[in-house]
Formats: sequence, structure tokens, C-alpha cells
Amino acid sequence: MPTIKTDALPIRSDEDVVRVRQKVRQWATELSFSLVEQTKVVTAASELARNTLVHGGGGEVTLETLAEGTKRKGLRLTFQDRGPGIPNIERAMTEGYTTGDGLGLGLSGARRLSSEFDIHSEVGVGTSVTITRWK
Amino acid sequence: MNHPKTGRVADLVARAQQDILDDWIRQQLGQTGRGAGRISEAALRQQSTRFLEAFARAINGGLIYDAKAPRWDDLREVLKELSLSRAAQNFSTSETATFIFSLKQPLFERLRKEAGGADVDADIWSISTLLDTLGLYTSEAYQKAREEVINRQQEEMLELSTPVVQLWDGIVALPLIGTLDSARTQVVMESLLNEVMARRAKFAIIDITGVPTVDTLVAQHLLKTVAAARLMGVECLISGIRPQFAQTIVHLGIDLTQVVTKASLADAFSLALKKLQMAVVRLEGRPGRS
Repeated sequence: MPTIKTDALPIRSDEDVVRVRQKVRQWATELSFSLVEQTKVVTAASELARNTLVHGGGGEVTLETLAEGTKRKGLRLTFQDRGPGIPNIERAMTEGYTTGDGLGLGLSGARRLSSEFDIHSEVGVGTSVTITRWK
Repeated sequence: MNHPKTGRVADLVARAQQDILDDWIRQQLGQTGRGAGRISEAALRQQSTRFLEAFARAINGGLIYDAKAPRWDDLREVLKELSLSRAAQNFSTSETATFIFSLKQPLFERLRKEAGGADVDADIWSISTLLDTLGLYTSEAYQKAREEVINRQQEEMLELSTPVVQLWDGIVALPLIGTLDSARTQVVMESLLNEVMARRAKFAIIDITGVPTVDTLVAQHLLKTVAAARLMGVECLISGIRPQFAQTIVHLGIDLTQVVTKASLADAFSLALKKLQMAVVRLEGRPGRS
């Protein structure tokens, strides 16, 4: 699957989370995602970026534009941190479960808002979440 | 001549200040860089004079710059003013720093001439390092001033962007515009609750038409505001939920069933009126406009 373009942004502060949302919205618009698709991918990115900041202690996001054949286009986002890691991913994915003071819906919500969802986490090493939204 | 190690330069600057100033200004006026023409000769002369006077006083105690030593205070003040006034005249920070660096040439020339063959390398090295430090200081001062402006604007935005509008007796609206980061949401909550109290409102309409992203954090802040208002006996209505948000909120699994939501502010307003047993009616006997 060829990658057309790629970029990376740091996630170190609340302002960076805003920047991530803006960039994702910009790229989704360039791929002519519909308004609903744009909103979904931007919202998922907002949740995951905040997780990276709050739970991972900061990290970065890699944006990729994908093309499969001539028609199918997608946006892939990879959020990476070197934080404490998630001991029990299944539980972290459960709706309403949170170790912070949020609603506990971000991770499960981000999965439902994406076409593909992939999470890897190792305790003491960090967490990486990859989502892809196909047009 | 027998000078203490650092005294030669200080003596020279004190003695030949006027000559150095003239050389320096002549040299700056001769430059045809981008800065030329943006500053009058009188202003340039005044800035150069002020700098050189403060410089002469400061180096009287030695050529080593020490940010904590009080003898540099005056000079720092001059540099701060200089970088701000130059920034206002659209000089770049590097151009302002160059103004300081350009003192080197006239100063070194005079130093060599006066020394009459004696070794001045050590002095030149010290003074060069010192002027570099001062030049960089102007950039830092400029950046710091810019940051202060940005911080102040951010704080002003917090205040400005959360107006509470009275729609009717007992009904207030809070149109939210922009990103709902946590610092601002706190201000929003506070000002809404205060206004609700002050205006004895029964209904508060929070309109989120201008919020670009509604995620779980935004939803959480909204739910908390609604809950706090309810404790005060005020019913909150959330309006401006656009179709794409409605779908996203459902996917996120956010439970808004405890909150009355409407697609538009007009819908929420008319609901609030109805609950207050009021209605907007067309006056009979007068022709409608449409």
C-alpha cells in the first residue's frame, strides 16, 4: 500500500493537541473526506492525542496519506509515547474504565470512529496506537 | 602607558567617545542594507549616543558581562528600549543585533591606532565577545516582549470569548466559540454560573455551534456545567448540535440523555419560552411580511 505523504507532530502540551486536530482536519479535507468522515477522524485523533499527552506523558503522532488502487484513499495516524504503558489493554478498551478523571470513553470511542484500529503497549516501554480511516 | 588589564578599552571609550560615535554613525549611515531609510539620522544618532554612553559607564568596571552585576542594569534598559522601538519600526531581530555588532569596527580601529603597535588582541577578543553577548541580548529582550504580548492576549481571549447573553427574562444564552481546552472551560463554567445567579435565570442555553470538535473532554465539561447549574435550580439546554457531531457523540458512547439538546439556538429558545408558558405570536390584524 503506497504512502503518498507523511508528516509528524509532537504532542507535548494542550496546544499541541489543538495543532494535531487542525492538521488532521486539513489532511482529511485534502483527501475530500465528507464532513461526517472528517469529524470522525478529527475526534478520534483528539481522543488519542490527549491520551498520549495525559497517560503517556507526551509523544508524537505520525500522519500518513494512503492510496490503494486509484480510488481508495485513507488517512493513517500513529500515536506513540514512551510512557508507563497499559498493563491490561482489554480493560483499557472497556467503556467507562479510566485511570484518570475522564469519562473513560476515549479509547473505545476512537476505535468505533475508525475503520481500522491497532494498539500495542508494553509496560515500562510505551504505547502505540494506529488508526486508519478509509474514505 | 600603564593600564590595568581591562582599563585600556574603558579609558579609550571614555576619552574618545565623541570620535567613536561619529565614526560609528558615519559607518551605519553608509550601510545600504535593508534597514536604510527606515530610521532618521537624528533617531539613529540618539540611539547610538544613548547606547555608547551606557556602554562606557558599564565597561568602567571591566569587560566581562555579568547579568547579575548592577553596573549593567542601565545598559540592559537601553537595549530593551532599543529592541522594542526597532521592532515597532519593522526591523528584524538580526538587524537590531547587527546595530550592536557594527560598533566593533570603529572601536577596534581606534584601539589599534591608539595602541601604537602594542598588542591589543586580548582587548579585541574581550570586547568582541562582550558585544556579541549584548547583541544577542537584544534578540532575547524582543522575544520576551513578544511572549508577554501573546500571554496577555490569551488571557484577554479567555475573558472576551465567553459572553453570557440575556435572551429573555429568565433565559440566558452562552454561545461557545473556538476550542474548549480545559483552562478556558473553567472560565466558561464560572462565568455562566455567576451570570445565571446574577440574572435569576431559570434556563441557560449553551450553544456549541462554534465549537469545531466535540470529543469526550468537551462533553465531560458540558455535562459538569449542566450538573452544576442544575444544583442551582437552573435548567441547561445544549443547542447547536450539528449532524456530524450527533453521529460522533453516538460513536463515542457519550450519554447525553440527561440533557435537553436541540439542533439550533432558536429551537432551544422556543422550548425555554414554552416551559415558562410564553409564546411568540404574530400580531393579528397586521399584514405579515411574508
